[in-house]
Amino acid sequence: MQVIRYEAPRSVTDAVRLMQADPGARILAGGTDLLVQFRAGLRRPTAFIDIKRIPELVGITLDDGGLRLGAATAAAVICEHAEVKRLWPGLVEAVRLIGSTQIQGRGTVGGNLCNASPAADTTCALIVNRATCAIAGPAGERVLPVDEFCTGPGKTALRAGEFLVALHIPRPGPRTADAYLRLIPRSEMDIAVVSAGVSVTLAPDGTCSAARVAIGAVAPTALLVAEAAGALVGSRLDETALSRAGAAASAAAKPIDDKRGTVAYRRTTAGVLTRRAARTAAARARGH
Amino acid sequence: MAKLHVHTTVNGEAAEFLCEPHETLLAALRNELGLTGTKEGCATGDCGACSILLDGRLVPSCLVLAAESQDRAVTTIEGLALGDALHPLQRKFLEHAALQCGICTPGFIVAAKALLDRQPEPTEQEARFWLAGNLCRCTGYDKIIRAVLDTAAEMRKTAV
Repeated sequence: MQVIRYEAPRSVTDAVRLMQADPGARILAGGTDLLVQFRAGLRRPTAFIDIKRIPELVGITLDDGGLRLGAATAAAVICEHAEVKRLWPGLVEAVRLIGSTQIQGRGTVGGNLCNASPAADTTCALIVNRATCAIAGPAGERVLPVDEFCTGPGKTALRAGEFLVALHIPRPGPRTADAYLRLIPRSEMDIAVVSAGVSVTLAPDGTCSAARVAIGAVAPTALLVAEAAGALVGSRLDETALSRAGAAASAAAKPIDDKRGTVAYRRTTAGVLTRRAARTAAARARGH
Repeated sequence: MAKLHVHTTVNGEAAEFLCEPHETLLAALRNELGLTGTKEGCATGDCGACSILLDGRLVPSCLVLAAESQDRAVTTIEGLALGDALHPLQRKFLEHAALQCGICTPGFIVAAKALLDRQPEPTEQEARFWLAGNLCRCTGYDKIIRAVLDTAAEMRKTAV
C-alpha cells in the first residue's frame, strides 16, 4: 500500500510549498468529505495537508469592510456568531443546514465550497452575498468571485497547488438582507433537491434597489440568475414581482432527473423557493 | 514511513500514542489507548456512535485523523463518570432504559453532554434536533429524549 503522509503546516507559505512539492497531496479541512471519499477508495491522496493549524485559515473577523471567514472555520463556529447571524441570516441558515451537530463541529465553510457539489447549501448564500475567494498558490495570492469558483460537479477553478484561504463578504448596506431555503423530503440531514438564495436591498421609499438570486441543485453548479434579480429591482417586492422572479428562476434552471427529483419538479420548485426566499429577505430588509 | 508520535490530552490526562498518518482518532482511541467505549458505527460520519469532544466541540471521531489530536483536548465517554459515580446522563439512561444493544449509547451520552454544557434547559425540539445525528436502531428515540430532558431537569435542580 502507498505510504500516506500527514502534514500540519503553520503558515500559508508552508502549505503552498507542501502542495507544490506533491501533486497527490490533498488539503484536509474538516474531513467530512475527504476522509469519507478516502475510506471509500474514491480518493487516494499521497498526503493530507491539514490547514487548521494555520491562524489565517481558522476564525471569523468582522469589521467595517465586512466579514472574513477563514476557509477552515467550522460550521458550528459560524452559527454561534451572533453578529454574523444578525447581518447575514440567510448565510447562517444555509450553514446550519449542513449535516448533524457532529458534522457541524467538523465541516467547514471552505470545504463545503471546495467539494463543489451542485447542491452545497452555502454556495447560493455566498453568491447572493457577493462573496469573494482568497486563494493561495505557487503563483501567489489571487481573488475570485465565488460565483466563478465552482466549475462543475466536484470541480473548482483552483489550479495545481492552489487552495482556498478565506472568504470575504462585504458588509451589507442599510435595508439589505438575505434568505436561503432548500427543499428536502425529510426534516433534517439531507441533500437539497432544489435550493434558492436571495439578497435584496431596499431604497428608503421601500423600492428594491438591488437584488441577487442564486439557485442550487438544478445545474452542474449553483446559478446566479440575473433575470430573477432583474424582476425584483425597481419593484416594491410585491407578489407580482416575486412571481416574476420565481418564473425567471424556473426558466434558468437546467436540472437533471435523479432519485431525488424530476426535471419538472425541480424546475417548478426552483421558482417556488426563489419566491419564498425573496419574500423572507424582503421582510428582513424592511425590519432593519 | 515511521509512525507518528502524538501527544494529546484525553479525559484530562496527558496521553501519547503512535499512529499511522491516515489512522482515525476513533481507531487510535480504541486500539492504541484501549478506550473502547467510543464505538464505530458507519465510519462515514452519519450515525454519531463515535461522537467525542475535541477541544469541547462535538465531532465524529471517525472523521478526525488521530494525528490531528496533537496538543488538543479529547473527551470520550470514559471521561464522564467521576470515579465510581456515573454522570447524571449515564444514570438517567439506565433509569429510563434508554438503550438496548448499547452501541449508540456512548455517542448519545457524549452528544447530550455537549448539548447540556451549552443549553442547560433544552426544549424537547432542541434536544431532538441536536441529537438528530445520533442514530439508534433498537430503542427508538423517546426514551433517550426523556432521559436527556430528565437529566437536564435534575442537573438544574442540583445546580441551584
